[in-house]
Amino acid sequence: MLASEDISTANDSLLTKVLSLHPQVALRPEPFGALAYHFDNRRLVFLKHPDVVTVVSALHPPLTLAEVLTQCGISPRRWPSFQTAIASLLGSEMLHEH
Amino acid sequence: MSTSSLVAQMKQGLDAPICLTWELTYACNLDCVHCLSSSGKRDPRELTTAEAKSVLDQLRDLQVFYINIGGGEPTIRRDFFEILEYSISQGIGVKFSTNGAFIDAPRAKQLAAMDYLDIQISLDGIDAATNDAVRGAGSYAKAIRAMDNLAAADFGPFKISVVVTRHNVDQLDQFKALADSYGAQLRVTRLRPSGRGADSWHDLHPTNAQQRQIYNWLMAHGDNVLTGDSFFHLNALGDPLPGLNMCGAGRVVCLIDPIGDVYACPFVIHDEFKAGSVREDGGFAKVWRESPLFLELREPQSAGACASCGHFDACQGGCMAAKFFTGLPLDGPDPECVSGEGAAALAAVTAVPVPMMDHSRRPVTNGAQSVSLMPSRASR
Ligand code: SF4
Ligand code: SF4
Repeated sequence: MLASEDISTANDSLLTKVLSLHPQVALRPEPFGALAYHFDNRRLVFLKHPDVVTVVSALHPPLTLAEVLTQCGISPRRWPSFQTAIASLLGSEMLHEH
Repeated sequence: MSTSSLVAQMKQGLDAPICLTWELTYACNLDCVHCLSSSGKRDPRELTTAEAKSVLDQLRDLQVFYINIGGGEPTIRRDFFEILEYSISQGIGVKFSTNGAFIDAPRAKQLAAMDYLDIQISLDGIDAATNDAVRGAGSYAKAIRAMDNLAAADFGPFKISVVVTRHNVDQLDQFKALADSYGAQLRVTRLRPSGRGADSWHDLHPTNAQQRQIYNWLMAHGDNVLTGDSFFHLNALGDPLPGLNMCGAGRVVCLIDPIGDVYACPFVIHDEFKAGSVREDGGFAKVWRESPLFLELREPQSAGACASCGHFDACQGGCMAAKFFTGLPLDGPDPECVSGEGAAALAAVTAVPVPMMDHSRRPVTNGAQSVSLMPSRASR
Protein backbone atom coordinates (compact mmCIF):
# COMPACT_ATOMS: atom_id res chain seq x y z
CA MET A 1 0.00 0.00 0.00
CA LEU A 2 2.68 2.40 1.08
CA ALA A 3 4.73 1.63 -2.00
CA SER A 4 1.92 2.34 -4.42
CA GLU A 5 1.12 5.60 -2.61
CA ASP A 6 4.76 6.57 -3.02
CA ILE A 7 4.55 5.90 -6.72
CA SER A 8 1.38 7.88 -7.21
CA THR A 9 2.87 10.82 -5.31
CA ALA A 10 6.00 10.58 -7.41
CA ASN A 11 3.94 10.48 -10.59
CA ASP A 12 1.81 13.43 -9.52
CA SER A 13 4.90 15.52 -9.07
CA LEU A 14 5.83 14.54 -12.64
CA LEU A 15 2.99 16.74 -13.88
CA THR A 16 4.79 19.90 -12.85
CA LYS A 17 8.10 18.83 -14.39
CA VAL A 18 9.54 20.32 -17.55
CA LEU A 19 10.70 17.42 -19.70
CA SER A 20 12.06 16.78 -23.15
CA LEU A 21 13.35 13.95 -25.26
CA HIS A 22 17.01 13.25 -24.47
CA PRO A 23 19.15 14.76 -27.25
CA GLN A 24 20.73 11.35 -27.93
CA VAL A 25 17.37 9.66 -28.48
CA ALA A 26 15.84 9.00 -31.89
CA LEU A 27 12.14 8.20 -32.36
CA ARG A 28 11.03 6.05 -35.25
CA PRO A 29 7.33 5.70 -36.07
CA GLU A 30 5.94 2.15 -36.17
CA PRO A 31 2.41 0.82 -36.74
CA PHE A 32 1.85 0.40 -32.97
CA GLY A 33 3.42 3.72 -31.92
CA ALA A 34 7.17 4.22 -32.12
CA LEU A 35 10.56 2.85 -31.26
CA ALA A 36 12.92 4.99 -29.25
CA TYR A 37 16.65 4.35 -29.35
CA HIS A 38 19.18 5.93 -27.02
CA PHE A 39 22.53 6.21 -28.78
CA ASP A 40 24.48 6.58 -25.54
CA ASN A 41 23.13 3.78 -23.39
CA ARG A 42 22.02 1.66 -26.41
CA ARG A 43 18.59 1.10 -24.98
CA LEU A 44 15.70 0.35 -27.30
CA VAL A 45 12.25 1.14 -25.97
CA PHE A 46 8.81 0.59 -27.45
CA LEU A 47 6.29 3.41 -27.21
CA LYS A 48 3.23 1.27 -27.44
CA HIS A 49 0.53 3.80 -28.19
CA PRO A 50 0.37 6.54 -30.82
CA ASP A 51 -0.91 9.02 -28.19
CA VAL A 52 2.20 8.44 -26.07
CA VAL A 53 4.28 9.23 -29.16
CA THR A 54 2.29 12.43 -29.69
CA VAL A 55 2.86 13.51 -26.11
CA VAL A 56 6.56 12.60 -26.08
CA SER A 57 7.12 14.45 -29.34
CA ALA A 58 5.31 17.51 -27.98
CA LEU A 59 7.43 17.78 -24.82
CA HIS A 60 9.49 20.92 -24.93
CA PRO A 61 10.53 23.55 -22.43
CA PRO A 62 9.16 25.61 -20.85
CA LEU A 63 5.95 23.52 -20.87
CA THR A 64 5.25 21.22 -17.94
CA LEU A 65 3.98 17.71 -18.52
CA ALA A 66 0.48 18.77 -17.44
CA GLU A 67 0.52 21.59 -20.00
CA VAL A 68 1.68 19.25 -22.74
CA LEU A 69 -1.02 16.68 -21.90
CA THR A 70 -3.62 19.43 -22.06
CA GLN A 71 -2.23 20.80 -25.29
CA CYS A 72 -2.36 17.30 -26.85
CA GLY A 73 -6.01 16.99 -25.84
CA ILE A 74 -5.47 14.02 -23.50
CA SER A 75 -8.44 13.83 -21.16
CA PRO A 76 -7.42 14.03 -17.45
CA ARG A 77 -9.06 10.64 -16.94
CA ARG A 78 -6.19 9.10 -18.93
CA TRP A 79 -3.40 11.08 -17.26
CA PRO A 80 -2.40 8.39 -14.75
CA SER A 81 -1.50 5.92 -17.50
CA PHE A 82 0.49 8.62 -19.29
CA GLN A 83 2.28 9.48 -16.04
CA THR A 84 3.30 5.83 -15.68
CA ALA A 85 4.61 5.70 -19.25
CA ILE A 86 6.48 9.01 -18.87
CA ALA A 87 7.98 7.91 -15.53
CA SER A 88 9.35 4.76 -17.12
CA LEU A 89 10.81 6.73 -20.04
CA LEU A 90 12.45 9.06 -17.55
CA GLY A 91 13.82 6.04 -15.69
CA SER A 92 15.46 4.67 -18.82
CA GLU A 93 16.86 8.15 -19.60
CA MET A 94 14.86 8.45 -22.82
CA LEU A 95 13.55 11.72 -21.40
CA HIS A 96 15.37 14.23 -19.32
CA GLU A 97 14.31 16.92 -16.95
CA HIS A 98 15.06 20.62 -17.23
CA MET B 1 0.60 -3.59 -24.03
CA SER B 2 1.91 -6.78 -22.46
CA THR B 3 5.12 -8.50 -23.52
CA SER B 4 3.20 -11.13 -25.45
CA SER B 5 1.23 -8.60 -27.45
CA LEU B 6 4.51 -6.85 -28.20
CA VAL B 7 5.91 -10.09 -29.56
CA ALA B 8 2.72 -10.48 -31.59
CA GLN B 9 3.28 -6.98 -32.95
CA MET B 10 6.88 -7.71 -33.85
CA LYS B 11 5.88 -10.90 -35.62
CA GLN B 12 3.91 -8.75 -38.07
CA GLY B 13 7.13 -6.93 -38.88
CA LEU B 14 8.44 -3.44 -38.26
CA ASP B 15 8.81 -0.56 -40.72
CA ALA B 16 12.58 -1.12 -40.59
CA PRO B 17 14.70 -3.85 -39.01
CA ILE B 18 16.02 -3.47 -35.47
CA CYS B 19 18.63 -6.16 -35.90
CA LEU B 20 20.26 -5.75 -39.28
CA THR B 21 23.46 -7.66 -39.91
CA TRP B 22 25.64 -6.60 -42.79
CA GLU B 23 28.46 -8.87 -43.76
CA LEU B 24 30.97 -6.68 -45.57
CA THR B 25 33.12 -9.40 -47.09
CA TYR B 26 33.40 -13.14 -47.48
CA ALA B 27 37.17 -12.80 -47.05
CA CYS B 28 38.57 -14.11 -43.80
CA ASN B 29 42.00 -14.86 -42.39
CA LEU B 30 40.56 -17.75 -40.36
CA ASP B 31 38.77 -20.92 -41.35
CA CYS B 32 36.46 -21.69 -38.40
CA VAL B 33 34.79 -25.06 -38.68
CA HIS B 34 31.37 -23.60 -37.81
CA CYS B 35 31.48 -20.43 -39.95
CA LEU B 36 27.85 -19.53 -40.65
CA SER B 37 28.72 -17.94 -44.01
CA SER B 38 31.39 -20.42 -45.20
CA SER B 39 33.78 -17.50 -45.49
CA GLY B 40 37.37 -17.52 -46.68
CA LYS B 41 37.81 -15.99 -50.11
CA ARG B 42 36.59 -12.57 -51.13
CA ASP B 43 33.77 -12.59 -53.68
CA PRO B 44 34.60 -10.48 -56.76
CA ARG B 45 31.01 -9.20 -56.79
CA GLU B 46 31.23 -7.57 -53.34
CA LEU B 47 29.70 -4.10 -52.95
CA THR B 48 32.00 -1.20 -53.77
CA THR B 49 32.63 1.62 -51.33
CA ALA B 50 30.18 3.84 -53.22
CA GLU B 51 27.51 1.13 -53.15
CA ALA B 52 28.08 0.56 -49.44
CA LYS B 53 27.63 4.25 -48.78
CA SER B 54 24.40 4.38 -50.73
CA VAL B 55 23.09 1.43 -48.70
CA LEU B 56 23.94 3.44 -45.57
CA ASP B 57 22.08 6.45 -46.99
CA GLN B 58 19.01 4.26 -47.33
CA LEU B 59 19.35 2.83 -43.85
CA ARG B 60 19.61 6.38 -42.51
CA ASP B 61 16.40 7.35 -44.32
CA LEU B 62 14.69 4.27 -42.87
CA GLN B 63 15.92 5.36 -39.43
CA VAL B 64 17.78 2.14 -38.76
CA PHE B 65 19.36 2.96 -35.39
CA TYR B 66 22.37 0.68 -35.60
CA ILE B 67 23.81 -2.12 -37.69
CA ASN B 68 25.79 -5.22 -36.88
CA ILE B 69 28.75 -5.46 -39.21
CA GLY B 70 30.35 -8.83 -39.75
CA GLY B 71 31.84 -11.05 -42.41
CA GLY B 72 34.07 -12.90 -43.09
CA GLU B 73 36.46 -10.66 -41.27
CA PRO B 74 35.16 -7.13 -41.93
CA THR B 75 38.40 -5.37 -40.98
CA ILE B 76 40.06 -6.98 -44.02
CA ARG B 77 38.25 -4.55 -46.33
CA ARG B 78 40.53 -1.64 -47.16
CA ASP B 79 37.60 0.76 -46.84
CA PHE B 80 36.53 -0.68 -43.47
CA PHE B 81 37.22 2.50 -41.50
CA GLU B 82 35.71 4.65 -44.25
CA ILE B 83 32.46 2.65 -44.10
CA LEU B 84 32.49 2.74 -40.30
CA GLU B 85 33.00 6.48 -40.15
CA TYR B 86 30.40 7.13 -42.82
CA SER B 87 27.80 5.06 -41.00
CA ILE B 88 28.38 6.86 -37.73
CA SER B 89 28.35 10.25 -39.49
CA GLN B 90 24.89 9.37 -40.83
CA GLY B 91 23.60 8.65 -37.33
CA ILE B 92 23.72 4.88 -37.65
CA GLY B 93 25.52 3.24 -34.72
CA VAL B 94 27.78 0.28 -35.47
CA LYS B 95 28.61 -2.91 -33.70
CA PHE B 96 31.16 -4.98 -35.55
CA SER B 97 32.22 -8.57 -35.03
CA THR B 98 35.84 -9.49 -35.48
CA ASN B 99 38.26 -12.28 -34.74
CA GLY B 100 40.60 -9.57 -33.52
CA ALA B 101 43.58 -10.41 -35.71
CA PHE B 102 43.92 -6.87 -37.06
CA ILE B 103 43.22 -4.90 -33.91
CA ASP B 104 46.76 -3.84 -33.12
CA ALA B 105 47.59 -1.02 -30.71
CA PRO B 106 47.22 1.87 -33.21
CA ARG B 107 43.91 0.54 -34.58
CA ALA B 108 42.62 0.04 -31.04
CA LYS B 109 43.37 3.73 -30.35
CA GLN B 110 41.62 4.78 -33.53
CA LEU B 111 38.55 2.72 -32.57
CA ALA B 112 38.54 4.03 -29.02
CA ALA B 113 38.27 7.57 -30.37
CA MET B 114 34.96 6.84 -32.15
CA ASP B 115 31.49 7.25 -30.65
CA TYR B 116 28.48 4.98 -31.22
CA LEU B 117 30.74 2.03 -31.83
CA ASP B 118 30.64 -1.40 -30.22
CA ILE B 119 33.12 -4.17 -30.91
CA GLN B 120 32.49 -7.83 -30.46
CA ILE B 121 35.40 -10.25 -30.37
CA SER B 122 34.73 -13.89 -31.11
CA LEU B 123 36.14 -16.48 -28.74
CA ASP B 124 34.96 -20.08 -28.59
CA GLY B 125 37.13 -21.48 -25.83
CA ILE B 126 38.56 -20.22 -22.57
CA ASP B 127 41.95 -21.66 -23.48
CA ALA B 128 43.87 -22.04 -26.72
CA ALA B 129 43.22 -25.77 -26.93
CA THR B 130 39.41 -25.45 -26.82
CA ASN B 131 39.23 -22.30 -28.94
CA ASP B 132 41.75 -23.20 -31.61
CA ALA B 133 40.17 -26.61 -32.21
CA VAL B 134 37.21 -24.69 -33.68
CA ARG B 135 38.67 -21.37 -34.83
CA GLY B 136 42.14 -22.49 -35.96
CA ALA B 137 45.70 -22.44 -34.66
CA GLY B 138 46.78 -19.12 -33.17
CA SER B 139 43.29 -17.61 -33.11
CA TYR B 140 43.02 -17.64 -29.31
CA ALA B 141 46.22 -15.62 -28.91
CA LYS B 142 45.04 -13.12 -31.54
CA ALA B 143 41.68 -12.59 -29.86
CA ILE B 144 43.25 -12.07 -26.44
CA ARG B 145 45.79 -9.64 -27.86
CA ALA B 146 42.95 -7.64 -29.44
CA MET B 147 41.18 -7.50 -26.06
CA ASP B 148 44.40 -6.36 -24.38
CA ASN B 149 44.86 -3.67 -27.02
CA LEU B 150 41.30 -2.40 -26.64
CA ALA B 151 41.64 -2.34 -22.86
CA ALA B 152 44.97 -0.49 -23.09
CA ALA B 153 43.39 2.05 -25.45
CA ASP B 154 40.53 2.56 -22.97
CA PHE B 155 37.94 1.54 -25.52
CA GLY B 156 35.41 0.84 -22.77
CA PRO B 157 33.12 -2.15 -22.50
CA PHE B 158 33.60 -4.25 -25.63
CA LYS B 159 31.82 -7.57 -26.07
CA ILE B 160 33.15 -11.10 -26.03
CA SER B 161 31.03 -13.38 -28.19
CA VAL B 162 30.95 -17.12 -27.59
CA VAL B 163 29.22 -19.78 -29.67
CA VAL B 164 28.25 -22.50 -27.19
CA THR B 165 29.43 -25.96 -28.16
CA ARG B 166 29.67 -29.36 -26.57
CA HIS B 167 33.28 -28.54 -25.69
CA ASN B 168 32.96 -25.11 -24.08
CA VAL B 169 29.64 -25.41 -22.30
CA ASP B 170 31.46 -26.18 -19.04
CA GLN B 171 33.43 -22.95 -19.41
CA LEU B 172 30.53 -20.49 -19.17
CA ASP B 173 31.56 -19.34 -15.69
CA GLN B 174 35.11 -18.79 -16.88
CA PHE B 175 33.95 -16.82 -19.92
CA LYS B 176 31.93 -14.61 -17.59
CA ALA B 177 34.97 -14.11 -15.36
CA LEU B 178 37.12 -13.27 -18.38
CA ALA B 179 34.59 -10.69 -19.57
CA ASP B 180 34.36 -9.22 -16.07
CA SER B 181 38.15 -8.97 -15.85
CA TYR B 182 38.11 -6.68 -18.91
CA GLY B 183 34.98 -4.82 -17.87
CA ALA B 184 33.54 -6.37 -21.03
CA GLN B 185 30.10 -7.79 -21.72
CA LEU B 186 29.64 -11.47 -22.43
CA ARG B 187 27.50 -12.57 -25.36
CA VAL B 188 26.57 -16.22 -25.67
CA THR B 189 24.96 -17.58 -28.82
CA ARG B 190 23.65 -20.78 -30.24
CA LEU B 191 25.56 -22.93 -32.72
CA ARG B 192 23.44 -23.25 -35.85
CA PRO B 193 24.03 -25.73 -38.65
CA SER B 194 24.58 -22.93 -41.18
CA GLY B 195 27.48 -22.56 -43.61
CA ARG B 196 30.36 -24.80 -42.58
CA GLY B 197 28.36 -25.32 -39.40
CA ALA B 198 26.28 -27.81 -41.40
CA ASP B 199 29.30 -30.09 -41.49
CA SER B 200 30.44 -29.60 -37.90
CA TRP B 201 27.09 -29.28 -36.14
CA HIS B 202 26.59 -32.96 -35.39
CA ASP B 203 29.92 -33.11 -33.56
CA LEU B 204 29.76 -29.73 -31.87
CA HIS B 205 26.19 -28.99 -30.85
CA PRO B 206 25.41 -29.35 -27.14
CA THR B 207 23.89 -32.62 -25.96
CA ASN B 208 20.40 -32.73 -24.51
CA ALA B 209 21.81 -32.72 -20.97
CA GLN B 210 23.95 -29.71 -21.89
CA GLN B 211 20.90 -27.85 -23.22
CA ARG B 212 19.49 -27.96 -19.71
CA GLN B 213 22.84 -26.86 -18.34
CA ILE B 214 22.76 -23.80 -20.66
CA TYR B 215 19.18 -23.03 -19.62
CA ASN B 216 20.04 -23.20 -15.92
CA TRP B 217 23.15 -21.10 -16.37
CA LEU B 218 21.24 -18.41 -18.29
CA MET B 219 18.48 -18.44 -15.68
CA ALA B 220 21.12 -17.65 -13.06
CA HIS B 221 23.31 -15.22 -15.05
CA GLY B 222 21.32 -14.26 -18.13
CA ASP B 223 20.37 -10.74 -17.04
CA ASN B 224 23.94 -9.59 -17.58
CA VAL B 225 24.66 -11.73 -20.61
CA LEU B 226 23.57 -10.96 -24.16
CA THR B 227 21.97 -13.80 -26.12
CA GLY B 228 19.89 -12.18 -28.86
CA ASP B 229 17.33 -14.72 -30.06
CA SER B 230 19.57 -17.72 -29.44
CA PHE B 231 17.87 -19.78 -26.81
CA PHE B 232 14.10 -19.41 -26.89
CA HIS B 233 13.80 -23.09 -27.86
CA LEU B 234 15.00 -23.78 -24.30
CA ASN B 235 12.00 -21.97 -22.84
CA ALA B 236 10.19 -25.30 -23.09
CA LEU B 237 12.19 -26.18 -19.94
CA GLY B 238 10.43 -23.63 -17.73
CA ASP B 239 10.22 -19.89 -17.17
CA PRO B 240 11.18 -17.75 -20.14
CA LEU B 241 14.82 -16.70 -20.49
CA PRO B 242 15.82 -13.08 -20.89
CA GLY B 243 16.35 -12.13 -24.55
CA LEU B 244 14.26 -11.97 -27.71
CA ASN B 245 11.89 -14.90 -27.42
CA MET B 246 10.83 -15.23 -31.01
CA CYS B 247 12.28 -15.83 -34.45
CA GLY B 248 12.68 -12.37 -35.93
CA ALA B 249 13.71 -13.49 -39.42
CA GLY B 250 12.32 -11.07 -42.01
CA ARG B 251 10.24 -9.38 -39.30
CA VAL B 252 12.76 -7.50 -37.17
CA VAL B 253 15.95 -9.25 -38.32
CA CYS B 254 17.69 -9.54 -41.68
CA LEU B 255 21.04 -9.93 -43.38
CA ILE B 256 22.70 -8.00 -46.18
CA ASP B 257 25.46 -10.22 -47.54
CA PRO B 258 28.72 -8.96 -49.09
CA ILE B 259 27.32 -8.93 -52.63
CA GLY B 260 24.21 -7.05 -51.53
CA ASP B 261 21.77 -9.94 -51.38
CA VAL B 262 19.20 -9.64 -48.61
CA TYR B 263 18.34 -12.74 -46.56
CA ALA B 264 15.81 -13.28 -43.78
CA CYS B 265 18.56 -13.71 -41.19
CA PRO B 266 22.34 -14.21 -41.02
CA PHE B 267 21.92 -17.95 -40.56
CA VAL B 268 19.94 -18.64 -43.72
CA ILE B 269 22.24 -17.84 -46.64
CA HIS B 270 20.29 -19.95 -49.13
CA ASP B 271 18.06 -19.11 -52.11
CA GLU B 272 15.01 -20.27 -50.15
CA PHE B 273 15.44 -17.32 -47.82
CA LYS B 274 16.74 -14.70 -50.25
CA ALA B 275 14.40 -11.74 -50.39
CA GLY B 276 16.18 -9.65 -53.04
CA SER B 277 19.20 -7.44 -53.48
CA VAL B 278 20.14 -3.91 -52.49
CA ARG B 279 21.34 -3.54 -56.08
CA GLU B 280 17.77 -3.78 -57.45
CA ASP B 281 15.60 -0.72 -58.10
CA GLY B 282 14.19 0.51 -54.82
CA GLY B 283 17.17 -0.93 -52.98
CA PHE B 284 16.99 -2.30 -49.46
CA ALA B 285 13.85 -0.40 -48.48
CA LYS B 286 11.81 -2.02 -51.22
CA VAL B 287 13.10 -5.49 -50.35
CA TRP B 288 12.30 -4.97 -46.67
CA ARG B 289 8.80 -3.67 -47.31
CA GLU B 290 7.67 -5.60 -50.34
CA SER B 291 9.55 -8.84 -50.87
CA PRO B 292 7.08 -11.75 -51.03
CA LEU B 293 9.32 -13.80 -48.73
CA PHE B 294 9.32 -11.19 -45.96
CA LEU B 295 5.60 -10.58 -46.32
CA GLU B 296 5.02 -14.32 -46.00
CA LEU B 297 7.22 -14.54 -42.89
CA ARG B 298 5.14 -11.77 -41.29
CA GLU B 299 1.99 -13.88 -41.64
CA PRO B 300 1.03 -16.26 -38.81
CA GLN B 301 3.17 -19.40 -39.09
CA SER B 302 1.82 -22.91 -38.71
CA ALA B 303 2.89 -24.93 -35.68
CA GLY B 304 2.74 -28.15 -37.67
CA ALA B 305 3.92 -31.16 -35.71
CA CYS B 306 4.56 -28.93 -32.67
CA ALA B 307 0.86 -27.99 -32.42
CA SER B 308 0.13 -30.85 -30.04
CA CYS B 309 3.07 -29.99 -27.77
CA GLY B 310 2.25 -28.21 -24.52
CA HIS B 311 5.46 -26.18 -24.78
CA PHE B 312 4.74 -24.56 -28.11
CA ASP B 313 3.77 -21.16 -26.71
CA ALA B 314 7.10 -20.96 -24.88
CA CYS B 315 9.37 -22.54 -27.48
CA GLN B 316 7.56 -21.71 -30.73
CA GLY B 317 9.14 -24.68 -32.39
CA GLY B 318 12.61 -23.14 -32.25
CA CYS B 319 14.88 -21.83 -34.98
CA MET B 320 13.95 -21.94 -38.67
CA ALA B 321 17.61 -22.01 -39.76
CA ALA B 322 18.43 -24.93 -37.47
CA LYS B 323 15.52 -26.89 -38.91
CA PHE B 324 16.18 -26.01 -42.52
CA PHE B 325 19.85 -26.94 -42.64
CA THR B 326 19.34 -30.22 -40.80
CA GLY B 327 16.68 -31.20 -43.32
CA LEU B 328 13.71 -30.87 -40.94
CA PRO B 329 10.34 -29.39 -41.92
CA LEU B 330 10.02 -25.73 -40.93
CA ASP B 331 6.70 -26.34 -39.20
CA GLY B 332 7.94 -28.95 -36.79
CA PRO B 333 10.32 -29.42 -33.89
CA ASP B 334 13.74 -27.84 -33.65
CA PRO B 335 16.63 -30.33 -34.01
CA GLU B 336 17.54 -29.49 -30.42
CA CYS B 337 13.96 -29.78 -29.12
CA VAL B 338 14.31 -30.32 -25.39
CA SER B 339 11.41 -32.79 -25.42
CA GLY B 340 13.46 -35.07 -27.65
CA GLU B 341 11.19 -34.63 -30.69
CA GLY B 342 14.08 -33.23 -32.75
CA ALA B 343 16.29 -36.27 -32.33
CA ALA B 344 13.48 -38.50 -33.53
CA ALA B 345 12.78 -36.25 -36.51
CA LEU B 346 16.48 -36.08 -37.41
CA ALA B 347 16.67 -39.84 -37.55
CA ALA B 348 14.11 -39.81 -40.36
CA VAL B 349 15.90 -37.18 -42.50
CA THR B 350 17.09 -38.50 -45.83
CA ALA B 351 18.33 -35.32 -47.52
CA VAL B 352 19.67 -31.98 -46.36
CA PRO B 353 19.85 -28.80 -48.45
CA VAL B 354 22.96 -28.30 -50.55
CA PRO B 355 24.77 -25.03 -49.73
CA MET B 356 24.38 -22.38 -52.42
CA MET B 357 27.46 -20.40 -51.57
CA ASP B 358 30.83 -21.53 -50.38
CA HIS B 359 33.72 -19.11 -50.11
CA SER B 360 35.87 -21.49 -48.09
CA ARG B 361 39.50 -21.41 -49.07
CA ARG B 362 39.51 -25.18 -48.91
CA PRO B 363 35.99 -26.22 -49.87
CA VAL B 364 34.74 -28.72 -47.33
CA THR B 365 31.58 -29.69 -49.14
CA ASN B 366 31.92 -31.53 -52.42
CA GLY B 367 30.20 -30.21 -55.50
CA ALA B 368 28.35 -27.34 -53.82
CA GLN B 369 26.15 -25.91 -56.53
CA SER B 370 22.74 -24.42 -57.07
CA VAL B 371 20.81 -27.64 -56.85
CA SER B 372 18.48 -28.23 -53.93
CA LEU B 373 17.73 -31.76 -52.83
CA MET B 374 14.85 -30.43 -50.82
CA PRO B 375 11.39 -29.50 -52.00
CA SER B 376 11.11 -25.73 -52.13
CA ARG B 377 9.05 -23.72 -49.63
CA ALA B 378 6.48 -23.09 -52.31
CA SER B 379 5.87 -26.75 -53.06
CA ARG B 380 5.58 -27.78 -49.43
S1 SF4 C 1 15.93 -18.46 -38.22
FE1 SF4 C 1 16.91 -18.89 -36.24
S2 SF4 C 1 18.73 -17.59 -36.23
FE2 SF4 C 1 17.38 -16.82 -37.83
S3 SF4 C 1 16.15 -15.21 -36.83
FE3 SF4 C 1 14.98 -17.11 -36.70
S4 SF4 C 1 15.54 -17.98 -34.70
FE4 SF4 C 1 17.09 -16.45 -35.21
S1 SF4 D 1 7.84 -30.36 -29.83
FE1 SF4 D 1 8.11 -28.34 -30.82
S2 SF4 D 1 7.14 -26.86 -29.41
FE2 SF4 D 1 7.46 -28.78 -28.25
S3 SF4 D 1 9.41 -28.47 -27.21
FE3 SF4 D 1 9.82 -29.56 -29.16
S4 SF4 D 1 10.32 -27.93 -30.62
FE4 SF4 D 1 9.32 -26.96 -28.85
